Amino acid sequence: MTAPDIHRTIDAVWRIESAKLIAGLTRVVRDVGLAEDLAQDALLAALEQWPKSGVPDNPGAWLMAIGKRRAIDQMRRNPMLDRKHAEIGHDLESKQASPEPELAEALDDEVGDDLLRLVFIACHPVLSTEARVALTLRLLGGLTTDEIARAFLVPEPTIAQRIVRAKKTLADKKVPFEVPRGAELAARVSSVLEVIYLIFNEGYSATSGEDWVRPNLCQDALRLGRIVAELAPNEPEVHGLVSLMEIQASRLRARVGPSGEPIVLLDQNRSKWDRLLIQRGLAALERAESLGGALGPFALQAAIAACHARARTADETDWRRIASLYQALAQVTPSPIVELNRAVAVSMADGPAAGLALVDTLTSEPTLAKYHLLPSVRGDFLRKLGRFEEARVELERAASMTRNARERELLLERARACAESARA
Amino acid sequence: MRFMVMIKANAKSEAGVMPSERLLTEMGKFNEELVKAGVLLAGEGLHPSSKGTRVRFSGSSRTVIDGPFPETKELVAGFWLIQVSSKEEAIEWVKRIPNPDGDDGEVEIRQVFDAEDFGAEFTTEARALEERMRSELASRGTSG
Repeated sequence: MTAPDIHRTIDAVWRIESAKLIAGLTRVVRDVGLAEDLAQDALLAALEQWPKSGVPDNPGAWLMAIGKRRAIDQMRRNPMLDRKHAEIGHDLESKQASPEPELAEALDDEVGDDLLRLVFIACHPVLSTEARVALTLRLLGGLTTDEIARAFLVPEPTIAQRIVRAKKTLADKKVPFEVPRGAELAARVSSVLEVIYLIFNEGYSATSGEDWVRPNLCQDALRLGRIVAELAPNEPEVHGLVSLMEIQASRLRARVGPSGEPIVLLDQNRSKWDRLLIQRGLAALERAESLGGALGPFALQAAIAACHARARTADETDWRRIASLYQALAQVTPSPIVELNRAVAVSMADGPAAGLALVDTLTSEPTLAKYHLLPSVRGDFLRKLGRFEEARVELERAASMTRNARERELLLERARACAESARA
Repeated sequence: MRFMVMIKANAKSEAGVMPSERLLTEMGKFNEELVKAGVLLAGEGLHPSSKGTRVRFSGSSRTVIDGPFPETKELVAGFWLIQVSSKEEAIEWVKRIPNPDGDDGEVEIRQVFDAEDFGAEFTTEARALEERMRSELASRGTSG
């Protein structure tokens, strides 16, 4: 194997093994920052030795053995660490490098638990969102600092600093390495899902050009979501998020036109939708629903996405169902934007008058004051009701509120069409 | 990146011989590992070629040929569709496919064409619109 080949292989092994490695070492040393350093030591050892000795048959076990050995060294050298840790160290020394099959299975469960603990710690609410995102991609996604920096279009030192500070915060606040329980669990799960969806959106909205690392973010987020779904299979919102991401990802190929312009959902060529991802998304939604209880916000958004995914053409969309899902969503996460979307769904199901009635309740909402889609939607309803002069006014207002030249053009075009119809 | 991983047939699979219990168990665990790692998209086993058929094309003519087919080592006996970060990662996963009975065999890895391969690109303006739409809508419970 050539030098670059072996390096790419080691990168691949790192992608597969690093999260479990860091999680296992965190359990030993009780400090995520130290665990990551030890994991990096193991990686360095691999980079030194594997080009000569070849990749071992069980690379994960090899890396863990090195990491644990370094952990023992650390604990011996550091008299500040607990006696308890010294006992753990002694235990490690007396175990074999490759355990018996039954022990291996028991360890397997431990690995899952450790990984879940790592997920929760990387997404801990004591950290800023940016820090959580960077730490998650680093510790769980196996991305390098450079890859994370390129993905978010910030300089590498910025990300490096962010990660260093995040680890320090976790250590200073003595954040425990455990799976949250009871009342705390729901909020902590939410925190994890928020991080993963943020990563997904960063990739979804930036399906562009020079840097392929950005659309890869969708794939990284999907992968993380799927991993968490297996670690926490009884959490319906995890399956809800996975479902939402699978279905949104199914549209990646249909979202961009020939000259790079975005195509909205209702105008997309559905034969370009990835049906495998849609099936996976529907299956994940079913998992969420079969766990019982009221659907949470991610599951509801997924259910809305599923309605679109199931419709073979835009005309076959079950708008009534979408409208009632938005209503349920409004109960769980009330927001004027959810109401606006509900109004659109209602108008598709029951006609523009019904939609207009709902939108009219939103016109004095302060959060929507600068939101061009509000007058745009209202203008559309008025146009469909034949109130062309009022429609023109709204569409021109919407045009003045958007900074995007192409969108402004489209809105002004629609306004002009209304002016003509008004004269006719 | 997506890859199709194809397990090639052998005399046993073509003869319809059931895999050993050990192989079934270990294959089950391997599939579980793929799922737990978030990389498995799909995977199935195929019936032997004795149940298969080929349709040969030549211009407008179509010839239907029933199996079994002779070139055992070239036949596909099963496949996985996986989503991984690189071809090297695909190779690492494939190396982990269990082979407890010590059989000879071959697994082929082929990359699947992705959206990026077709070169769709956003203009800066279009991307700005998309980003604003997404950031405004996405966190408020709507999808597009």
